[in-house]
Amino acid sequence: MLENDLKFLEETFKQYYFDHFDLIHVPDRSKEREYGYKKFNSGMIRHMSLKTDKDLHLMLMTNVPSDVFCSNGYYSFPNLPMAEKDWKEADLIFDIDAKDLKLSCRKDHICMKCVSCAEISLVQDACPKCKSNKLDLVSLPCQNCISGVKKEVLNLMKILTSDLQIDDKNIRISFSGNEGFHVYVTNSSYNQLGSNERRDLIDYIKFQSAIPERFGFPKNNPSRTSFPDLGDSGWSGRVAKELFGSKSKRSKTITKVISDGQVAYQQKLEEMKNSIGVKIDSNVTSDIHRIFRLEGSLNSKSGLAKLVCQDIEKFNPYIEACLIEDKPVEILANFPIKFSLKNTKFGPYMNEKTSVPKYAAAYMVCKGIASISGT
Amino acid sequence: MISLGQDEIAKYPFLAEAGQYLKDKGFTLEQFATDPDLKIIVDKAYERIESAAEDKTYYPELDDPSEKETTLPLNVFSFLIAIVLLKLSGLNTLINKFSLAEARRAEKFLQRDLVSNSDKTSEEFAIKIFRDIFSVTIKKTGGYFVIPIPDYLKHAVNFHEREWKLVNRHVENGMVFLSPRESVRLIRWKLSGYIGSKIKSANTPSMSDGFEDKVKRLSTLAKKFVVNTVVTGAYPPCIEHAIEVLNKGENLSHSGRFMLATFLLGRGQTIDEIAPLFKNAPDYNEKVTRYQIKQVSGETGGNKTKYACPSCEKIKSNNLCYITPDCDNIINPMQFGRKRL
Repeated sequence: MLENDLKFLEETFKQYYFDHFDLIHVPDRSKEREYGYKKFNSGMIRHMSLKTDKDLHLMLMTNVPSDVFCSNGYYSFPNLPMAEKDWKEADLIFDIDAKDLKLSCRKDHICMKCVSCAEISLVQDACPKCKSNKLDLVSLPCQNCISGVKKEVLNLMKILTSDLQIDDKNIRISFSGNEGFHVYVTNSSYNQLGSNERRDLIDYIKFQSAIPERFGFPKNNPSRTSFPDLGDSGWSGRVAKELFGSKSKRSKTITKVISDGQVAYQQKLEEMKNSIGVKIDSNVTSDIHRIFRLEGSLNSKSGLAKLVCQDIEKFNPYIEACLIEDKPVEILANFPIKFSLKNTKFGPYMNEKTSVPKYAAAYMVCKGIASISGT
Repeated sequence: MISLGQDEIAKYPFLAEAGQYLKDKGFTLEQFATDPDLKIIVDKAYERIESAAEDKTYYPELDDPSEKETTLPLNVFSFLIAIVLLKLSGLNTLINKFSLAEARRAEKFLQRDLVSNSDKTSEEFAIKIFRDIFSVTIKKTGGYFVIPIPDYLKHAVNFHEREWKLVNRHVENGMVFLSPRESVRLIRWKLSGYIGSKIKSANTPSMSDGFEDKVKRLSTLAKKFVVNTVVTGAYPPCIEHAIEVLNKGENLSHSGRFMLATFLLGRGQTIDEIAPLFKNAPDYNEKVTRYQIKQVSGETGGNKTKYACPSCEKIKSNNLCYITPDCDNIINPMQFGRKRL
């Protein structure tokens, strides 16, 4: 990162932290958690312990981190090396990200940035300027992406509260500060589960590894009555809805399923993971020693804040999580696609100098599509 | 501790406090070693171990009410004396085989008790075993038993078959629905572990002349399972540890077995050379072992993939790493020793 950009982001992040101590708190049982942070242009520092909000705020002011993290795990000795921490339990956390949903809008707001010459262009095979094929993708997610992720979050919520019977008082949803949402389950009997057990739970939520026998089609003598019903609870009901559509089509569909055979049915069930499985990130949920972005802190991939959503359906991250001030800043921007923040449209920019509010400048510098003018 | 009636103690003798039980019945260990009338019990005890060593389940007749009075003490005593003989022999291989066989035996009773609608006491007792010994709260709902999802997952992860995956279970309101057979199957490994740990933690009595001959015979019986392996210094500590675990007749986890097999295959050993290493595993079955090594070696299997030895990182995360300075920053056990040449 260029020196001017680095200085700008550090000052902006520091100002944000100073102005928003009210949003940044240590979570429950802070003494048992591990903290970590990253600075701009530098690696991760982990295995820290912070006991109170005061400790946290002091750390933010002293180090001006680009990103701040806190563990889902609870330990006896959170600041010792991993093997000596003495793991007790971990909150169950799910991550749903727009990039994993394969939405059709994605191609409309994605660009590539050449690693060799920093040229920004629409997606193509090689850099149009230097022909390098070392390219980074830059995505500025749109409202459609956010709606897609919200839909997945709501599907996940249904499984958590009904199939898994988790009290919704113990579930918290946060915007991740970039392209997705984190769903936290705390104080539940699931906290004690290890990685392997969580992996099994993940397969359940993603509807992975389902077998035909469980969904009504044994190897020998399949019976019409054993197929799932639309009114069934859990996956049986969801599979029935996906398979039959409506009650009236059930009988006809079963006849076809049986005549197509068990292997075809297995294939159908496998495909269903794409349509009815919830698209959570397996690596996140199975990790019981992970550190997660701290709620209230800024995400250095966007300059947006990670925030708890009280009402996910109404939550608009590009307004509510955009908390940096709006003082004008001169930038040199280069991004051929439009985007919107705080109800204001920006771009496209064809390698031009422009003046934008600080939150938009921070967003673009974080995304690597603008520089602070004066370089 | 669960309080036991006559009937229960015969089905689940491992729940009894051995010493106390003998005392309550007015016997001493010495009597079993010396009294010719009690020799039949010592013989039964030996048979019980022998059948376990041959992977058979000792399944005495408990159902005939006319025999009940005489059968009961014989079954409990033979179990208790079997433990005495095993402790005197100190042979872990046999203790593990015995624990697994006794678990299978108890499993049959548990399953029967869970479905015996006529006998409420037996059903309640079986449910109590789940709760008190395995911390699993099961409740009867119609013909099913329901278990909270977290409890289910803790046990089900030990199975590799897809049917045990949560997605392939009837799940409702935070509960998993299981048939009596499945409920019992779920805790089998824990049950044998429980029996094994009870035997291992029991005091070893002093040797009596009357037991000596049987204990000697146990050593001969166990020899079948002893493997003479040549462990050279060139094996990394994780592999040496895995071989040691198997030699002691202790259970090596699935990932441990996979690591060992892939490592030795990688070092050019053949299936014939590797398979006998697993001979001492409590669940050893030659056919299954050879099949699995063949799969790993790529000789058989759908896509004929030859699996490579997992990385040190993966081994670490499976708690199978016993790093020493000799490991010298290698990232895969296959590299062990190579750098020093």
